[in-house]
Order: sequence, then structure tokens, then C-alpha cells
Amino acid sequence: MPEEDLVEEQLKRNIFLTTVDKVYNWGRRSSMWPVSFGLACCAFEMISTGMARYDLSRFGMEIMRPSPRQADLMILAGTITHKMAPQVLRIYNQMAEPKYVLAMGNCAISGGPFPSYAVLQGANEILPVDVYVPGCPPRPEALLHGFMKLHDMVMKQSIKTVSWYKGQGSRGAREQGSKE
Amino acid sequence: MTNEEILSKLRESFPDAVVEVPELIDFTVAIKPEAMTGVAQFLHDECGLDYLALLTAVDRPERFEVVYHLWSIKDWTTEPFVLKAYVEDKENPTVPSVTPIWRGANYQEREAYDLMGIRFEGHPNLKRLVLWEGFPGHPLRKDFENRTYTFEELEPTRPTGPEW
Repeated sequence: MPEEDLVEEQLKRNIFLTTVDKVYNWGRRSSMWPVSFGLACCAFEMISTGMARYDLSRFGMEIMRPSPRQADLMILAGTITHKMAPQVLRIYNQMAEPKYVLAMGNCAISGGPFPSYAVLQGANEILPVDVYVPGCPPRPEALLHGFMKLHDMVMKQSIKTVSWYKGQGSRGAREQGSKE
Repeated sequence: MTNEEILSKLRESFPDAVVEVPELIDFTVAIKPEAMTGVAQFLHDECGLDYLALLTAVDRPERFEVVYHLWSIKDWTTEPFVLKAYVEDKENPTVPSVTPIWRGANYQEREAYDLMGIRFEGHPNLKRLVLWEGFPGHPLRKDFENRTYTFEELEPTRPTGPEW
């Protein structure tokens, strides 16, 4: 067999064609780091999702960042009290784009069983929530399903249209305390 | 010293202080809030009740009650000596602080101030414990309307700066 034919055969096996969006989104999806941040009892389900039995690292998400600057995803795991709400907002505002929010459990979705003076009635009052995972608390499987939904969402985005690219600004987070 | 002995000693030393001895599950003595400082000092020093296990407040239709559960570390009994201060002034309830006598009262008085709106005079640091300064109302009072608030509604009441 002549040498030229051999090289071409090797090249055929090693070159793949795809789109920028697909590779870029696949990279983002496969290393989506949550900010380590638990608000109430749902945090224990989140923790157990990260442990060996449910194994969050299968999806490249086991690295819970203690700093919001390095995180892509905020898991609102638990009741958001009015005392805590400004801090939640502050952490969200410190995260770098692209960033996503997952509301875990009934409390974070709507205030849940606490229609009271002390509890924020739903995270969407202050944050743009991408995925809602209902349950009280949701099982780790449900949280994983929520992550899968979020991954699907990320895979459908395009660098040409997303709001956070090319300096088009962050999407609808609430402006924090103008008094400050 | 049994609770009955403490009561008779208390009646001897403070004849005007005791309002009533209500029949409750625990041995309870109700006193006037004006006599609180002297009675507390007396119970601590003379009767050996050196441990304040609980301090809380009750909102009754006719008055506020501040409840103190007192124990003796040395002479441990099976039931507490319950002291109650009847605060008749519903508009501006005030009780002398017992923090100088039992140090553990500090945070519990702050909690009662925060949630029930009872002022403790002589407290070293009477600030709200759970809620922030400026929160509208005292949530455990019966006349507090327990409704939901939006983020915007509470935003102007919050303190500014790095405190939160």
C-alpha cells in the first residue's frame, strides 16, 4: 500500500466536524460547578446527591465552589427567609455570567408551607429561576432530573443569541439595595 | 429549700410584691414588675436560685407576662421555681432587666424584646435578636397581622451597610 493512502486513512479516523455551539455548550454542561450554599433542610438532599450513592461527579458537577466567583449554578436548597434574601441576592450578583439558578423544594419555589411574615414567597421574586424542582424535600433523583433539564437547556443555547455574551448585560436579576 | 419555703421567705421580705400564686402545673409565683430587681436579687442570693433556665413572655388579653424558670444548681429539684411578672401596661410594657443577676438572660431578653416588644430596662445591649432593626412590629404579639411580605415591601426597613 502506498504511503499517501495510509495517511488519508488515519486522517479519516481522527477528524470530526461539529459546531462551535455544540462543543462550547458541551464543555459548559460537563463542568457546571454549583456554589456550595444550603439554605435549609433541602441542603441535606443536595449533599447526599453529591455523595457516592447518587454521585454528582458523573456529570462534572461535584465541585461545589465556596466562592460565587467560580460557580455557574446556584442551587437554592431550602427556605429563603426575608433575613437571608439579601445575602442570597448578593451571592447571585457576585457570580460571573453565564449563571443559572435552580430552585429546589417547595419553599424555594413558592414559600411552601410557610405563608408567614418571615419567608420570601418564592425565589422568582428576586432571581431569574431556570429550573424548579418540586418536593418537600425532593429526592436526589429529582434533583438529578432537574440538573438534566438544566443541561438540556444549556445545550440548546447559542453563543450568538445568549444575553450574557458580547456585553449585552446580565438577565433580569433584581438590582440590589440602591441605598448601599 | 422547697418552693413553698422560698415563697414564704419571699412574702416576708417583699410583702407587696406577690400578686398571686396561680394554680398551674409548675409552682408559680406572680409578682409586680416594679419589684423585679429586688425579688430577683433576693432569689439569687438568699434562696440559692442561681440558674435561669428560661425566660419568655406571654401575650394575654389583659396583660403581658414575663416568665422566668429558676433552678438551683446546688440543690437540684425536680421542678422549677416559676416566677412571673405581670405587666399591666399593654401599650408600653417595661420590665427591669435581670441580666446583671443571671447572665444567661441576655439573649433571652433580647428575643422577648424582638418578638414580643417588651422593653427590659437596664439591659446592656437591648437590640433585636432574630429580626433586623426596623422590622415593622413584633411578630409574636396577638395583634400582629401574620401576612406575607414581598421583598420590595421589607427592603426600606432593612439596615444599610455591611451590618447585614
